[in-house]
Amino acid sequence: MSAPTATADRIADAFAGHGKRAALMPYLMGGHTGLDGSRAAAVAAASAGADLLELGVPFSDPLADGPTIHEAGTRALAAGVTPDDVLSICADVADRLPVLLMVYANIVLSVGGATYARRAADAGAAGLIVPDLPHDEAGELREACDVARLALIPLVAPTTTAERLAAIGSDARGFVYTVSLVGTTGERSQLPPELPAMIERVRATTTLPVAVGFGIATPAHARAVGEVADGVIVGTRVVRAAQEGGAQAVGALVRELAQALRRA
Amino acid sequence: MSRATSAREREFGPYGGRFVPETLVPALDELELAWIEAGTDDGFTAELAALLRDYVGRPTPLYRARRLSEVMGTTVYLKREDLNHTGAHKINNALGQSLLARRMGKRRVIAETGAGQHGVATATACALLDLECIVYMGAEDMRRQRPNVERMELLGASVVSVDAGERTLKEAVSAAIRDWVANVSTTHYAIGSAVGPAPYPGLVRDLQRLIGEETREQIQATEGRLPDRVVACVGGGSNAIGAFVPFIHDRDVELIGVEAAGEGLDTGRHSAPLTTGARGILHGALSAVLQDDDGQVVPAHSISAGLDYPGSGPEHAWLRDEGRVRYVAVEDDDAVAAFRQMAQLEGIIPALEPSHALAWMVANPGTGLDVLVLSGRGDKDLAEVLAW
Repeated sequence: MSAPTATADRIADAFAGHGKRAALMPYLMGGHTGLDGSRAAAVAAASAGADLLELGVPFSDPLADGPTIHEAGTRALAAGVTPDDVLSICADVADRLPVLLMVYANIVLSVGGATYARRAADAGAAGLIVPDLPHDEAGELREACDVARLALIPLVAPTTTAERLAAIGSDARGFVYTVSLVGTTGERSQLPPELPAMIERVRATTTLPVAVGFGIATPAHARAVGEVADGVIVGTRVVRAAQEGGAQAVGALVRELAQALRRA
Repeated sequence: MSRATSAREREFGPYGGRFVPETLVPALDELELAWIEAGTDDGFTAELAALLRDYVGRPTPLYRARRLSEVMGTTVYLKREDLNHTGAHKINNALGQSLLARRMGKRRVIAETGAGQHGVATATACALLDLECIVYMGAEDMRRQRPNVERMELLGASVVSVDAGERTLKEAVSAAIRDWVANVSTTHYAIGSAVGPAPYPGLVRDLQRLIGEETREQIQATEGRLPDRVVACVGGGSNAIGAFVPFIHDRDVELIGVEAAGEGLDTGRHSAPLTTGARGILHGALSAVLQDDDGQVVPAHSISAGLDYPGSGPEHAWLRDEGRVRYVAVEDDDAVAAFRQMAQLEGIIPALEPSHALAWMVANPGTGLDVLVLSGRGDKDLAEVLAW
């Protein structure tokens, strides 16, 4: 079970106190539209009703990401954005809402798990999401995150077996990131019909909130997911808004998504 | 077919592992189990052995290179993997994995390819076994290995051009993994080298270790002893690991892996992570990886598309740290010179990949008995070399 820490409380509060059907967690790629642009987009998202923020650290080989987020990361890297730059963005917005850093394992490994966790905590992050660190490989970093009072958020997928789901659920921190579909990140026209059943399977393994991401592209999707999950994560659609219209477009989109999650 | 002793082999010392999205982990478990079961299934092993003999043409000869030996003043044997059907060692692995895909009920096979040899081998095996085949290939590699693209298409495979990054092997592997994440229930990913998440590095090694096993028997038969040195090129490192592993416990046999130094190790434009690299994660495994201080994987460079990869197999990283295998690197210019030298001395046009190993061996003559793994033939490289 989750260690009782200040950051765990912060994540729990964000899932409890939003007054909507579910908490809303947009994703932004750190430095995608410049460091100032990313800060402005994060602030706009927070002001427009985001409850938590997933902030991506650009990586050269993002295996879990589809073309849009891959391209956003490539742009950030081409502009010279470093992992430290993303921590500075985190530090600038972390007092507004809990920030989860979405970071690939090699970025963490290159400085060492304990060091990265400490730096992230110093930057005010509430947790880490490491998409290429499955449960079997995650023990060491989870301990380092516990020490640093960060939540290492686990991911589960539709392919995850019942046995793995139970193990992942019992070691989870913060919330369980439920990947809605079999595939990489990206907008889809429809939600998978098996999603409610999958969320129930995840819920049976944990007392923590269950948030759903991948493929959620429209306010209607967000609303449907909000009916059955505790949190709605919208990535590619938000990154596309940042690409097309900067912070203003991100704010408008997040407002629309938050509106869709309001109870009637 | 002989097999590794350990049923589940996920780490090589501190290296290896499975650093992939959760979506793929159950498929890796399934593959691991299928491979263990196939190894104890006499029908599977017999079918693979028969195909390797009658279709691939194994065992490949161990040929005493008379004129090369004279030039070097030593005795040099070439392990003639270039004489395999499709012209390289890649078919050993592609055939085994395609049989395994069929056994798992997966009718769609995807692969990545750099030089095109693994793509051609996989397309060939899929044609033979009536499986759908999709090959991811960097756009730059498609340019420099055009004949292999045409071969794959002729064999019925779809070749998908990958335009990300440097448009070479690293991006092709990434594209194949993303396809696998999306289609994992119907699709087998036939990875082409001893890299990737477990169980791939061990699986590919097991399918390639017959290179070393045959060599051992053949040299005992002709020379009555083991070689002093076994030299092989290393990109991901599948021909090398297959050649080395049967000699691992023969402490008197020196094992040398030759990487591509590209334009020079000090230029930063090379493909020599074992010779120079730090620890890093690439394509699902912790191994030696070319990367910057932030952990971003940096582009590799080599004239040889098959060596143009910033990572290496995790077992190689371990063998390096253990001091059992020595890793060195050879520059583009020297590899091209060795390519020409082999053609004119022995009437054999080698691939650019083993030309690196040849160049190192010629520049560092031993005192006795050498085996060079001639991992593939060089027809695919003619345009590149003639334009050099």
